[in-house]
Amino acid sequence: MALLEIRDLHAEVDGKEILKGINLTIEPGEVHAIMGPNGSGKSTLSYVLAGRDGYEVTGGEVIYDGKNLLELEPEERACEGVFLAFQYPVEIPGVAGTTFLRHAVNAKRKYHGEAEFDAMEFVKFVRGKAKDLNMPDDMLKRAVNVGFSGGEKKRNETLQMAVLEPKLAILDETDSGLDIDALKLVSDGVNALRAPERAMLVITHYQRLLDYVVPDRVHVLANGRIIKSGDKSLALELEEHGYAHILEAAA
Amino acid sequence: MVATKETVQQVRDLGTEKYKYGFSTDIEMDIAPKGVNEDIVRMISAKKEEPEWLLEWRLKAFKAWQEMPEPSWQKVAFPKIDYQEAYYYAAPKGSDNKPKSLDEVDPKLLEMYEKLGIPLREQEVLAGVEGAPKVAVDAVFDSVSVATTFRKELEKHGVIFCSISEAVKTHPELVRKYIGSVVPYSDNKHACLNSAVFTDGSFVYIPKGVRCPMELSTYFRINAENTGQFERTLIIADDDSYVSYLEGCTAPQRDENQLHAAVVELIALDNAEIKYSTVQNWYPGDENGKGGIYNFVTKRGACRGRSSKISWTQVETGSAVTWKYPSCILQGDNSVGEFYSVAITNNAQQADTGTKMIHIGKNTTSKIISKGISAGRADQTYRGLVRIMPKAEGARNFTQCDSLLIGDTCGAHTVPYIESRNPNAKVEHEATTSKISDDQLFYCLSRGMSAEDAVGLIVNGFCKEVMQTLPMEFAVEAQKLIGISLEGSVG
Repeated sequence: MALLEIRDLHAEVDGKEILKGINLTIEPGEVHAIMGPNGSGKSTLSYVLAGRDGYEVTGGEVIYDGKNLLELEPEERACEGVFLAFQYPVEIPGVAGTTFLRHAVNAKRKYHGEAEFDAMEFVKFVRGKAKDLNMPDDMLKRAVNVGFSGGEKKRNETLQMAVLEPKLAILDETDSGLDIDALKLVSDGVNALRAPERAMLVITHYQRLLDYVVPDRVHVLANGRIIKSGDKSLALELEEHGYAHILEAAA
Repeated sequence: MVATKETVQQVRDLGTEKYKYGFSTDIEMDIAPKGVNEDIVRMISAKKEEPEWLLEWRLKAFKAWQEMPEPSWQKVAFPKIDYQEAYYYAAPKGSDNKPKSLDEVDPKLLEMYEKLGIPLREQEVLAGVEGAPKVAVDAVFDSVSVATTFRKELEKHGVIFCSISEAVKTHPELVRKYIGSVVPYSDNKHACLNSAVFTDGSFVYIPKGVRCPMELSTYFRINAENTGQFERTLIIADDDSYVSYLEGCTAPQRDENQLHAAVVELIALDNAEIKYSTVQNWYPGDENGKGGIYNFVTKRGACRGRSSKISWTQVETGSAVTWKYPSCILQGDNSVGEFYSVAITNNAQQADTGTKMIHIGKNTTSKIISKGISAGRADQTYRGLVRIMPKAEGARNFTQCDSLLIGDTCGAHTVPYIESRNPNAKVEHEATTSKISDDQLFYCLSRGMSAEDAVGLIVNGFCKEVMQTLPMEFAVEAQKLIGISLEGSVG
């Protein structure tokens, strides 16, 4: 069974239709990349999947892990294993990373009827995860994203992903605002989380990230539709010839 | 805009958790006739078997009260209080003779305290969390102190911790010396009424050089209908001593308003330190603003000694109307005053609260951190006064007041007064006003947290600086309380 099946998805924001019939299937273990020009609907797709307010689905369906995803609340989707790594992660003053993650993990455990972590056990658990990812401990002690550089914020998203162990990870322009070194660090983190039961949807402008996080499938999203799909060589083709080339061909 | 409305609806549908302390206890009570007049004042004094000087003080206060006008400068609004429509004395029957041990106390009373999670039985406290410090508790039920724990151990250190009624009998000279010296009865209308009809409260005396070996705490519980609660607390820390004191308050759910007009006086002598924390969860009234406690208290600390220090921490989540300004009078040179406050108002609650820091001595310092969270249709005001007297050389103050608004029908106001009569004083004031952003809320939801959990987490983060100053035993409860009092609010 496919992990994610999107069928003819239509969505609008502020009354304007952005997604005009998306079709996409992702199997567990796969990494799919979505590329496309600005305004094509890439972030909209990620927010619709995560269930953000203000993004209204006007048609189509999304089957995730055999369930109707669109009927679930955002927190339910998260507990069912959907994770969105934000393009612009927001700050939460006064709330330490560990505290934030403990609430998230315990919410998921409660949802599944499992025992919750107490504060002490959790610190041990999360430190282990940080170590696996070669991430400094202090990211956990500091308030979530407060005063973090762009690179640190993206690394923090990867750490959250490692702790929450999602089935479907949606990475929204994870490479935006990163210099080469940061890009490598974040990519290492993402690659470390690849697993046969986990699928990833990597949304990006540039081919560069895909050098490090090599996709199984690449899709081009333009004007709210996927106009072309291929393997990783499609990304290289885009890099060489730009979007205009493919857009013309599709028109 | 669409986003906010949907979130509002979502959270409203979650419903409000019922005030879980809303139960009342059926116990045989001894209640005075309704209303307040000279006879009632004499009756209260007689029941307490008080000496002549105290009765005279009460009567002077009562006379002054009758002539004092009601204050009108506050921002909180409430219907005129009919002072004759309440009872001024209500005590569990048989409490005339203070029980000698917990075994003599009405078991229903003990059950009630257990329900409130208050460790009355020393065994329970000792057997509780391993390695946890002991907490001595004075339990006040309506107008009387029911039991005080750990007395023997405290006595070994010379620490006096008992009800004020008892202190009047056993240490009259101490009480007489200090009562009314920080808050004279003429101070304000409610303190004046308190001076006339106060029925109990806690008395603490820490002798020279003693660091009180455990936290001291009092739990106030208003149970009887229509009674006012007028407790009087007096804490004296002699030279080189230290005490940390915590006050907790709850009351059952009733349709009428009940008045809580307490007076707390703190005196810190040379190098002494008093840490006073309050977690207030009086019944706040229902979602429509019906019922609830009027919390009008006068709290003041006098840093009389050199290098003395008084710090107030308050977490105010209950009451229909909260009106209080815990203050510090910095008389001693190098004395320090601190005020940390979290005030939460939801539904139809109102609060006008803050502090006064009066700098008199040399090189005095004060610090004010106020966090106000307003939700529902509530309204909240921070009112602060920093007054630097002409001879207060080297005075320094830092004030930070932050307001957080949840939803678009609540209000938060700031009225800071700074009066400096010394050109060398350093006074700093910072203020912020913010909302819980949809982005922050969604970030938490996308990690699996419910909207309630998210709001609680974000607000706790907002209040962190204040919460850190609470004694550890109570910090956890206070955090939970913050989450609960914001249920039904919006992001």
